[in-house]
This record gives sequence, structure tokens and C-alpha cells, in this order.
Amino acid sequence: MFRLVFRRLSRWAVAAPVALVIAGLSGCGSAEPAASPASAAAGAKEVNVFAAASLTGTFTELGRTFEAAHPGTTVKFNFGSSATLAQQIVQGAPADVFAAASPATMKTVTDASLASGPATFVRNKLEIAVPKDNPAKVDELKDLTDPKVKVALCAEQVPCGAAAVKALEAAGLKVTPVTLEQDVKATLTKVELGEVDAALVYTTDVIAATGRVQGIDFPEADKAINDYPIATLSKAPAGDLAKQFVDLVLSPQGRDVLTKAGFQSP
Amino acid sequence: MSSSYDSDTSGAGAAAGREVSGRLPWMLVLPAVAGLAFLVLPLAGLLVRAPWSTLLQRLAEPQMLEALRLSLLCATAATVVCVLLGVPLAWLLARVEFPGRRLARALVTVPLVLPPVVGGVALLLVLGRRGLAGQWLESAFGITLPFTTVGVVVAEAFVAMPFLVISVEGALRGADRRFEEAAATLGASRWTVFRRVTLPLVMPGVVAGAVLCWARALGEFGATITFAGNFPGTTRTMPLAVYLALETEPEAAVVLSLVLLTVSVVILAGLRDRWVNSP
Amino acid sequence: MSLDGLRSALVVHRPAFTLDITLDVAPGEVVALLGPNGAGKTTALRALAGLTPLSGGHITLDGRPLHTLAPERRPIGMVFQDYLLFPHLSALDNVAFGPRCQGVAKAEARRTAAALLERVGLADRAAAKPRELSGGQAQRVALARALAVRPRLMLLDEPLAALDAHTRLEIRSQLRRHLGDFDGATVLVTHDPLDAMVLADRLIVVEAGAVVQQGAPAEVARRPRTDYVARLVGLNLYRGLGDGARAKVGELLLHTAEQLDGPAFVAFSPTAVALYRTRPDGSPRNLWQAGIDGIERHGDNVRVHLDGPISAFADITPAALADLDLSPGERIWASVKATETHAYPA
Repeated sequence: MFRLVFRRLSRWAVAAPVALVIAGLSGCGSAEPAASPASAAAGAKEVNVFAAASLTGTFTELGRTFEAAHPGTTVKFNFGSSATLAQQIVQGAPADVFAAASPATMKTVTDASLASGPATFVRNKLEIAVPKDNPAKVDELKDLTDPKVKVALCAEQVPCGAAAVKALEAAGLKVTPVTLEQDVKATLTKVELGEVDAALVYTTDVIAATGRVQGIDFPEADKAINDYPIATLSKAPAGDLAKQFVDLVLSPQGRDVLTKAGFQSP
Repeated sequence: MSSSYDSDTSGAGAAAGREVSGRLPWMLVLPAVAGLAFLVLPLAGLLVRAPWSTLLQRLAEPQMLEALRLSLLCATAATVVCVLLGVPLAWLLARVEFPGRRLARALVTVPLVLPPVVGGVALLLVLGRRGLAGQWLESAFGITLPFTTVGVVVAEAFVAMPFLVISVEGALRGADRRFEEAAATLGASRWTVFRRVTLPLVMPGVVAGAVLCWARALGEFGATITFAGNFPGTTRTMPLAVYLALETEPEAAVVLSLVLLTVSVVILAGLRDRWVNSP
Repeated sequence: MSLDGLRSALVVHRPAFTLDITLDVAPGEVVALLGPNGAGKTTALRALAGLTPLSGGHITLDGRPLHTLAPERRPIGMVFQDYLLFPHLSALDNVAFGPRCQGVAKAEARRTAAALLERVGLADRAAAKPRELSGGQAQRVALARALAVRPRLMLLDEPLAALDAHTRLEIRSQLRRHLGDFDGATVLVTHDPLDAMVLADRLIVVEAGAVVQQGAPAEVARRPRTDYVARLVGLNLYRGLGDGARAKVGELLLHTAEQLDGPAFVAFSPTAVALYRTRPDGSPRNLWQAGIDGIERHGDNVRVHLDGPISAFADITPAALADLDLSPGERIWASVKATETHAYPA
């Protein structure tokens, strides 16, 4: 819910409080339905996909493609933090497909024997995101160590934070952030609002926020590439349809959609 | 409760009256018990799932104590801010006729209906580094609120203030205004009337409001994480720590929640004894 | 300072009600505003205190305008109907409240308050909270609190109404003594004629927002000018037309003790009415045939409600009632001596 609110709010420029409320409420509404047991009972004509928040744009598009190719089928998405989704699945949420933003979160599910043989379908790389006018004149990773530069990172507990730690370690740099955000979208929002001078986020997020933030590549990012695994769940109520959706994601057509959004092929 | 039954016997038809009042109406008792269960069961869930074997070790973690200390500090500071600003505001709304008073009263409740995350964004738009007032704060005084402990207090006060204002305004409206008139005939200025008559009369309402306010501030999450960020020691309060722990270590989240719960229940129960039961 | 007391013209417009009275009270004088509920007595008192704004008129006290001042700047002391003692303060601090507001130091204010409590006989209750005081004690604390600000105008709103009959008797005589000692002007609002008679030097009767009668208590009691006042003081009152020693009241011609020509009030006491089963022989001059409308106890006597050419009350002893064997609906003869029938100009 939290990051959906942020997504809507990214067009914040002169957002009136009323618009904020509406955005907040609609964010709340769209977070839950995919997890409802009713959709599982509907049977084979429905595929429930639990996917990392960073896949929201691309997977929604692929879902539409899938529905067009399989008339009468609906693809329902539950986008959220990979760790939260993994917890939901372990607690018995009726998912058919799980696409995670990190192998670690996928491991929660495979360890519970709820899925096997996950495949890496994309990889995501970090970039430095700065506000459009780049007020702190950041142009390389080392600039982030300047105490006058306010930096936001993801918390180490979430994949983008773990990747940031890995990249900074690889570069041998020590950065003191002002905040450790809950997820990548929240981190990016702090940049968009100009509350921080720089943040480490995924390339895909920078591309999604084109026009509102600037992305800066840095070489150490290659040391902290994040693999996105996907798997069908062993108890998938949708059965074959779930496999077919995963096939679509792994197909050249799927890869095309994903690379256009800034993901790298594995 | 038993004493109120006893006092019934002084009424007419005492013997019959006692029997009637002794039977509890199930139409009230059943939903009441269901309501209590509904509120208490999730708590029981936390207790059942708590990792008792590793509890002590987790409690001693410095990060946890840090978050707890920060939570208590910020909630208390936010309550002080709310009392200092909220009591006069409640007085204004209850006692002074001014154009737009109805609108002002409605606006006071906005933080109640606003999703706290949105409240946090709204605070950023005003008090953030590029916010309307924040820009000026930074250029004139070099003060920035986001990512500071003060920012946490601001976010919590924003969300919690309506609880205080509504409670105190209700108390003011319920208070007999003729006491204020009596004070005026004795030569008390409006300030003296407020300080020496009105405020003591509505003190139970102020205390109740402050307690609600403190409890709300203690549990505040959305506005805090959005406006003040999330950094251990400066802005990571218990609810933020709980949420982050949920990502990787649900057991740690349960421990943190239990600690927050225990501390707040102990403090609230202590205040209740002090303020409600003493004459 | 010119000691000319209170001079006021009070006009307050309310929806469906207008108060319009003039009220002058000399220093040391106690004036009672007497009237039925809703007559505007309390409104007048609140206007004097500044708690209800004037729509028109003026108030001057000892030559200085009062109506331009906020309540807290008026040199007044007010005793409210239910006293309104501050529940969170002790009796002593309630009394010391006024002096404290006037800037007197705490210790000094408490000394003043203690002296006043002593004066009203409550020195031993100084530490008590209002809820621990009896009704009579609370009334006296309220009086002491009002006196503590050394007012030039004392306002009392139904000061005895909340007391039970026994306490009332005692507190009434104490209040009379304290008001006697007070050298400022006093306005007292009451709907109890006895309180008014005992406590006031002068009565002003207010009905429906206007003054209908005023004068010394004895004068008002003897010569009521409205049905309300007549009922209060317990007289039968009629409007009539005087013609020498007689006055025509409706169909009836009554002989009166006074000589009067023109519009007149005629009044006689219910105890002056004599009742007969048959037409009396001696033929008293004021005699008429009446029907019995009702019979009720009235103190130690029995009050008989009469209709006929004039409606009247007759108070007779229970023994007389038994002798006459009266019951409602019967027709009897009623008479009043001319010497007990008083006429005065309307």
C-alpha cells in the first residue's frame, strides 16, 4: 500500500491535499484483492501473480498480453515488497507465481518447499539518482561520502539496500545516509521531493521516474547486480496457466518488455 | 460494579429491584464480550508466537533499546507540543465566535482521516527542504526538519493533535460556563478565568486527551517514516523498527511489538491510577 | 466619589421578549426585583453585571458609567442562585479569588478571606471543598466571596431558592444582617414575596419585562396593583370605578373604607370574607350570592374559591367549614365589611 501511494504521488508537483487523500485510498484498495481466497476458488481461469514492486509496470503489461493470448483468463497481481510477499506465501496466500527481487526472498519460499527450480529472468543494476537539478553536483559514487551531501539508501533488510551495501563495499567507500528507507520507491520519492541530494536505486526505477530524477551510472554497480528469480508455486491453483505465464516472462517477447524498462538480461 | 448494585436497594421496591438489575442483558453482554475478544485476541496471537527462548537476548540488543528510548522520547515531546498548542486551539474553537469557526473545527480533524503516509508527504511539501516554509527555515535559520528527531516529533504531533483538541474541546463544551461568568464578576480577566477556573475544570479532559495523544504518537508510523525517514538512533522509532524487522525477521518484529505494547500499557495504567482514580 | 448609588435604564431585546426597566438604588439600600418566572428579573441582574449585553439604556454607579466596562472591571459582587463556588478550590480560596484577581498578594488575600469567613460564621470550614459544604454553608461562602471584592453594587440572584425551608429561615435572617452592614447598593432577585419583604427596603415588581409596581414592602403588600402581586401578598383584588365611598366592581357595588372617585383598585383579605348558608339578617352592606368553585387547605385554615358576580377567595376555619357543611357547586352568601374593603387609585 505504502509504495503504491508513493507511485501515485510521484506526480506531486502541486498536489492538493484532496488528491493526496484519493491517491492514498486508492493505493489501499489495490493492494489486497489478489490475496483473497475467493480468487483461488474461481479456479483455472485466473492466475495470481505475486511480484516485486519494481515489476509493477512491466508485469502489468505482460499480464495484458497474456490475457489477450488466453481469452477468458484473468491475471491478478499482488505487487509489494518481496520479503512481505514471501511471508504471505509462507502463511498460505493463494499464489500461482512468485517473482522476487532477490534470491534471498525466493529462498524463503523454496525453503518452505512451496516452490522449486526458480529461474533468473532479469537482473537489475543500481544507479545514483539525483534530483533533476542535481543541487549537490553529484557525478560519481565518491561524491556520496561528502557529509554535506544528503543521501538516502534502502534499509539493508530489503534487496536494494543489500545491493547498495555490496556496491559501496566494492568501491571501498563509507557513506552515512540520513535515512534508510523501507523500499526503493520510498527512497526514490525522497529524491523526487528534493529532500535528499542522492540515493542508490535501480536503473528501472530511474527510468520509470524519467523527467523527475536524473540517473548516474557508476562502475561499482556491476559488483552488486541483483538477480530476479521467478517460480511457479508447487500448489499453484492455476496449474498449467501459471507455467504458461512464467514461460511468457522468460520468452523473447517478455524479455523485450523488461529490457525496455531498464532491466538487464541474465 | 458491585457497589452500584448495592445502592439500588435504597430505591423503591428494593427487593424486586435487586433481582431485576442482577440479571445482565445478554443483548449487551454478548456483543461486549465479542468486542473484547476482537480487541484482545490479536494480542494473544503476539504472545503465543513470541520467541520466548531468545526473548532476553533480543531484548538486550542495543538497537532495540535505542528505538524504545527514541519512541518514548518523541511521543512525550509530541504530547507536550500538542498540549501547548492544542489546548489553546480547543479553547478558541469552543469559546470564541469567529467567522469560519465551523470550517476550522472540520479542518482540525483532517489528520484523523488523512492516511498518515499522505500526512507525511503533506508535511514534506510544507516543511521539507524544498517545502513552502521549509525553504525559508533552512535559508533563514539553517534548520531542516526531515531526517531529524525533531522531524519525528513534528510528524507525531501532526497526527496526534486532533485527539487532544477533540477531547479538550468536548470537555470545554461540557463545562458549565457560568463558573467562568462567576469568575468574571469577581474581577478575573479572560486569561485568569482560563488559567484558574476553566483549565482546572476541564483538567480531566486535558489528561484524557493527552493520554490518547501520547498513545497515538507512540504508535505513529506512516507520517514518521515519510517525513522523518528511518535511521537508527535519530528517527527509527519502535513502529519503524517493527516494520523493518518484518521484512526479514518476523520473530524480532513480534518481540519489538511486545515491548512497545508492554511499556505503553504499563505507563497508561500508571497514569490511569494517578489521574482517574485519585479524587 | 459621589455617593449616589446605582442609576440605570436597562433595555435588552430578546426574540419574543423585551426587558425595559429603570432601576435606581441608593447606597445602602436593598431593592428586590420580584416577579414570576420569565419576567426578566435575572436578565436585568445579568445586564447589571455585564454578563448580558444591553440593547439600549445605560448604567451608572456612583456617577461613573458602568455599561461601557467589561464584567471583570465592574465594581460588583454577585451571588448566583446555585452559588457557583469553584469546585476545585477550598472555601477560603474561593473567597480569596476576587482579591487575588485585583492584584492583592496571596497571603493578604487569604487573610481577607479568612476574616470574611469568620464574619459569616464559617471560620472552621475554610479548608473544605464546595462539595463538602451544606447548602446553607455554600450560600454563606458565596456571599463572603462576593463581599471580598469590596463591591459598590451587590447583586443576588435568588440567593435563598436552593435552600430547604428550615435552613432558609436561618440564612434569611443572617443575610438580612449582612446586607444591613453593606454600604453599597444591593439588587436582589427573588420570586418569593417573603424573602423580598424581609430583605428589601423597596420592592420592584417586574412582569413581562416591565415594572408594574414599586414601593416599600408594606405599601406593596397592602395595595397590590396586579393579579400577580395580589396573589403573592394574598389579597382579593379588583379593578373598579370609585364613586365616593362606593366602588362598582363588575355588577357589584362595594362600600369601601376610603372615599375615591374614578378608576380604582379594590382589595380585601380572604380572611375578611364571611360566608352564610342563608341570607344574613343584619344585612352587611357588601353582600352577594356566590357559588362554591372549590375548597382547599390553606395553612391552618380552609380556603374557599368563590365564583359569582366577582370571583374571590374566602379563608375560614375548619370548624366553620364543618358548621356550614359546604361542598363544591353549592350556592351561598358572602359578605365583607366596608371597613375591610380598601380602595385606592388605579
